[in-house]
Amino acid sequence: MTKKPLNKKSSNLTKKQMMEAYEKMLLIRRFEEKAGQSYGLGKIGGFCHLYIGQEAVVVGLQMCIEKKDQVITTYRDHGHMLACGMNPNGVMSELYGRIDGYSKGKGGSMHMFSKDSNFFGGHGIVGASVPLGTGLAFSNKYKNNNAVTLTYFGDGAANQGQVYESFNMAKLWNLPCIYIIENNRYAMGTSVQRSSAQKDLSQRGVSFGIDGEQVDGMNIESVIEAGKRAVQKTRSNEGPYILEMLTYRYRGHSMSDPAQYRSRDEVKEVRDFSDPIENLKNKIISKKFSTEEEIKKINTEIKNIVDLSAEFAAESPFPPADELFKDIYI
Amino acid sequence: MKIEILMPAMSPSMTEGNLTKWFVKVGDFLRVGDPIAEIETDKAAMDVESDSEGTVIELLVEQGQEKIGIKTPIAVIDTNTEKLKGKLFTNTIDDQSATKIKKEEVKITKSTDQGSQTTVREAIRDALAEEMRLDSDVFVMGEEVAEYQGAYKVTQGLLQEFGPSRIIDTPITENGFTGIAIGASFSGLKPVVEFMTFNFSLQAMDHIINSAAKTLYMGGGQLNCPIVFRGPNGAAARVAAQHSQDLTAWFSHIPGLKVISPYTVNDHKGLLKAAIRDPNPVIFLENEILYGDVGKVSLKDDEIIPIGKANILREGMDITLISHSINLRLCEEVADILIKEKITCEIVDLRTIKPLDKNTIVKSIKKTNKCVVVEQGWSQSGVSSEIISVIMEEAFDWLDAPVVRLTGKEVPMPYAENLEKMALPSKEELIKAIKNIL
Ligand SMILES: Cc1ncc(C[n+]2csc(CCOP(=O)(O)OP(=O)(O)O)c2C)c(N)n1
Ligand SMILES: [Mg+2]
Repeated sequence: MTKKPLNKKSSNLTKKQMMEAYEKMLLIRRFEEKAGQSYGLGKIGGFCHLYIGQEAVVVGLQMCIEKKDQVITTYRDHGHMLACGMNPNGVMSELYGRIDGYSKGKGGSMHMFSKDSNFFGGHGIVGASVPLGTGLAFSNKYKNNNAVTLTYFGDGAANQGQVYESFNMAKLWNLPCIYIIENNRYAMGTSVQRSSAQKDLSQRGVSFGIDGEQVDGMNIESVIEAGKRAVQKTRSNEGPYILEMLTYRYRGHSMSDPAQYRSRDEVKEVRDFSDPIENLKNKIISKKFSTEEEIKKINTEIKNIVDLSAEFAAESPFPPADELFKDIYI
Repeated sequence: MKIEILMPAMSPSMTEGNLTKWFVKVGDFLRVGDPIAEIETDKAAMDVESDSEGTVIELLVEQGQEKIGIKTPIAVIDTNTEKLKGKLFTNTIDDQSATKIKKEEVKITKSTDQGSQTTVREAIRDALAEEMRLDSDVFVMGEEVAEYQGAYKVTQGLLQEFGPSRIIDTPITENGFTGIAIGASFSGLKPVVEFMTFNFSLQAMDHIINSAAKTLYMGGGQLNCPIVFRGPNGAAARVAAQHSQDLTAWFSHIPGLKVISPYTVNDHKGLLKAAIRDPNPVIFLENEILYGDVGKVSLKDDEIIPIGKANILREGMDITLISHSINLRLCEEVADILIKEKITCEIVDLRTIKPLDKNTIVKSIKKTNKCVVVEQGWSQSGVSSEIISVIMEEAFDWLDAPVVRLTGKEVPMPYAENLEKMALPSKEELIKAIKNIL
């Protein structure tokens, strides 16, 4: 098995693609900032894991798949939902615990689903998304519908035993599953360095014969290029594939994280030099695909969408009492 | 435009905090996410990050100011913009990163003396430290127990005192490290396994039941398993179905396991020490919401509280309330209310769920002749079902009314604030249940 080098040549995105990617990443960034703010004001409770810093991963990969393909992920799921085209009003309302949320306020930040958008959650147990995603891929193969499944999980989750049980069956049964390891360097306070014997997570499929590659997950063009290749292979019946996305989370693990495990300089350096949104914006401007002026306008529009989602959520009613006993059985 | 930065709530339970350090001064430029100040809460010290971009024009609180309520304005910024440079992302992990951080003073484990006030969190830590000092076979293993100082800060300072060979961080691999710890106990070590929360013990249930609980029996008494599994159990605040559930009844179903679910500060300490010394597998169920409770440690040095003994938390004549862990708080609150109506409640703190102290239960029934059992877990096949059966079998003749139970509703825990409240036993429900049978 050969390991693919990092950062292959840029994929030369079109103007349309670049603008789309920029807007989607920005939407996620602004949405998450708003969520963080609302948490600070006590409008959101419990755990709330922000996706800030990792936006290029999910936006890039979503641009590689079709409507029939499925997505499943962990509790760090707000970005995935917005990328899947789910409505910011519905996601924010769920964070507020209101009836207009995707789970009627019963699931919260970590547990949202949308059958319409082919988004299968939102799973709070570390590692759980992996066999579940493999099962979605199983159903695609069973139905022979040529759809693929994007199964996301973290670097910490990559150590769970169920991941390897899934890898084995996925390869054994040649399932159309793309495993995306979002390596943001830390699982809570534990770095990959301190938790993993094989630190190159893209090689974790080797003993099952599953190919994988490391991708610069802070660069949307690299993400899209690798994503396209992976989807093409998997869709043409070559079986599962692993994409290790090298990325970074700017904020704490959840909202209350003293973050003693990394220095402020480390965070600052990534934010200053590797920010996926800022870098794409600079590229857009240097390629003259847009102007500072237009970009400003886009920023205002997106801020508007996000502000409205928070207003919408604040006005949405709490779930009525009878919701407590609904949806336990059909 | 001028924007105020407000004191944020950094955890669901936070109402106020101390501003220990400003990282910015007037005139500094801030981007969204830049750390601006360090805030100390009851749990930990954390950074407040800016949620807007702009220049700091005023700091509204002094460095060192204490007890600042959430949502209080702490700084004012003027919004404007600045450009950023691009650079290739390499993602080489800087191993030194963590050590570059100015190491905070770690409060070294000093055991709380007899008679002193302490928190549940510290009482657990003290019990661990004391037993580790006494017996070098005792070690702690779990996720974030060492360098992070515990996800809920229970193991704070232990790494500093005992070092990384005895305070061991694991990857997120519950089934694997549970099996490894059980294996280690087979050859004489005494592991204390922390589950970050008991929700994640579900990953390791097979080893707990099939390997830890049964091996002594299967081997005709040769191989025992001196291990403790501990961590928070039960509902936490607003974390929804997968992270908020009471699994006490699950463990109490299994022959070979002992199950402890303490309430008071003193019991946490004394029972954990007993659990570590016990030669059997013990499940020690804590509660996140109780960690900050303050109380007195009345134990003398080296004293333990025996497993299998319930405690009369409060004496009363009219009715017996039986419960464990955090729902005893509910029982105490209700008893305080009812006393004004001249109804006195006797409160039985089970402390140990398995083996169950039937004597104490029966004795109290014989005294009050009426009983309500309260638990947070689901009703079907719950802890209260068992207690009610015991009362039927051993104290039926002394009952003046049917025994009733107040339990968590039979639903997965909802996230919404209003529904979450309804899912858990409430004061109103308990008062109603009591008055129904009085
Ligand atoms: C089985 C299980 N164990 C522990 C936890 C607590 N926990 C939640 S997230 C997390 C860290 C996961 O890190 P990683 O997989 O790298 O994902 P990231 O949070 O970085 O996105 C832990 C330990 C959990 N939710 N489930
Ligand atoms: Mg991670």
